[in-house]
Amino acid sequence: MADLNVKIGTLSLRNPVTTASGTFGYGTEYLDFINPARIGGIFMKGTTLLPREGNPYPRMVETASGMLNAVGLQNKGVDYFISYIYPEIKNYPTCMIVNVCGSTIEDYVACAEKIDSLEAIPAIELNISCPNVKEGGMAFGTDCKSAAQIVKAVRKSYSKTLIVKLSPNVTDITEIARSAEAEGADAVSLINTVMGMAIDVDKRKPFLSTVTGGLSGPCIKPIALRMVYQTHKAVKIPIIGMGGIANASDAIEFILAGAAAIQIGTANFIDPTISVQIVEGINDYLDKHGFHSVRDLTGALE
Amino acid sequence: MKKYVADWIVTENKRINHDHFLLKVALNESLPEMMPGQFVQIKIADSPNTFLRRPISIHYADPLNNEIGLLIQLVGAGTRKLAELRKNSRLNLVFPLGNGFSLPDKSPSIKRFLLIGGGAGVAPLYFLGSALLRLGHTPVFLIGAKTAEDLLLIEEYEQLGAVHLTTEDGKVGEKGFVTNHSLLKTNSFDGIYTCGPLPMMQAVAAYAKSFNYPCEVSLENRMACGIGACLCCVENTVSGNRCICTEGPVMNIEQLTWQI
Repeated sequence: MADLNVKIGTLSLRNPVTTASGTFGYGTEYLDFINPARIGGIFMKGTTLLPREGNPYPRMVETASGMLNAVGLQNKGVDYFISYIYPEIKNYPTCMIVNVCGSTIEDYVACAEKIDSLEAIPAIELNISCPNVKEGGMAFGTDCKSAAQIVKAVRKSYSKTLIVKLSPNVTDITEIARSAEAEGADAVSLINTVMGMAIDVDKRKPFLSTVTGGLSGPCIKPIALRMVYQTHKAVKIPIIGMGGIANASDAIEFILAGAAAIQIGTANFIDPTISVQIVEGINDYLDKHGFHSVRDLTGALE
Repeated sequence: MKKYVADWIVTENKRINHDHFLLKVALNESLPEMMPGQFVQIKIADSPNTFLRRPISIHYADPLNNEIGLLIQLVGAGTRKLAELRKNSRLNLVFPLGNGFSLPDKSPSIKRFLLIGGGAGVAPLYFLGSALLRLGHTPVFLIGAKTAEDLLLIEEYEQLGAVHLTTEDGKVGEKGFVTNHSLLKTNSFDGIYTCGPLPMMQAVAAYAKSFNYPCEVSLENRMACGIGACLCCVENTVSGNRCICTEGPVMNIEQLTWQI
């Protein structure tokens, strides 16, 4: 049994396998299928200061080896999270991380401050990369200056591990990563979904109510892997890699490219037990190839 | 209700007509409790392009043989793969999902329910009809299709109760749509359940509303996870956007915001 423990800022994960925000609910939805004690952490559904109804249906369409979604951060708001969801999830035996999003810098800061007071939440993931909201979200993550501003503002008011989730819908993701690092981010997670669209030719209409949406699934994996590789060369803080990971081999690719930990997203929909299978697969790989620790594998691309 | 993920074995895969088939699958252990109106999410093996699971409603559950039946319409590449499955193939399912139809109490006063189906939407009504019968009530079926060819497994429904039919060309049953059937003008019911194409269900809901019948519809919104995590399959309801995979697929028409 290899050492699977990894560190992200002050956060210690029992293994590098976590689940991506928006694909795992609050973890509760998966309790019939997996034991949270088997995985490194759960990034919970995007949370905003005020409740959001999300976008109108249809919000999802399957595409070749992937899917487009335009959920639009439907959630009941941070106060509801604190009063009703937190009491239920606070004793889950894994790192429970809140994904924080907003329309303005003030929203992000206010939301992060409220989460900061929750003892059982050791980190937040700052979502400056959601492509499915009209204001805020990705708008903050596609420009170095606004990314820097928001990370700086949240860093001031949030004391625990701050992970910044980056958008692939930029010319150079490494510049945004550097801006986040310079303003005190403890880690970056990448990539969020890739902007895309699909058209129903019979109706001559877009499939999604919002016309465009975020592409995820195995089809984006090469893009994500390339970005993790480039970002690993550009920053010193840990990288949490994601984008189309569907098995242990995919996860190991991300780790070799420079990720300290990984997130499983869309693959949870196809196999609700996949996260635990990937933990086992990584362990087998380490044993087979004689690695003592998964930490030795990060960036170990030859 | 606890959810499971497991491999099932195909016991039979029977073509019903040009675009429907009945897939029977068995579990290696006792079936958990399943409710009429619930569905399963089927993994399509070796098909990376159609990689999301396919949600299919349960046509019947047979606890004696640990078997369920799935009446499936051929729609695209995913369902085509399922239609090609041979006996003894393995099939991975997440089950049972969704809420199911609300069932009346077992009571000495026999109630009469109208079950209106169209196309492959008749599938869960067979399971529902069996359950109503077991509870001592009377299911009456009203099934519509485009042509006689498109009517599915009618003889099986006839074993559960009276079956009334409509076809658009009138070759079998009454001509026209289910909501024009004479049965609706001459009979009264204790409630209506419906599953089928959206315009049909909306017409049924409008009829139910005008007679103040309690009415439940089974929705088919496009979904990804099937367990309430991705929030893709929402229906706009009187209490906001709700996932039909967990708070549906069956909804009472009072919950819906349909303009009918």
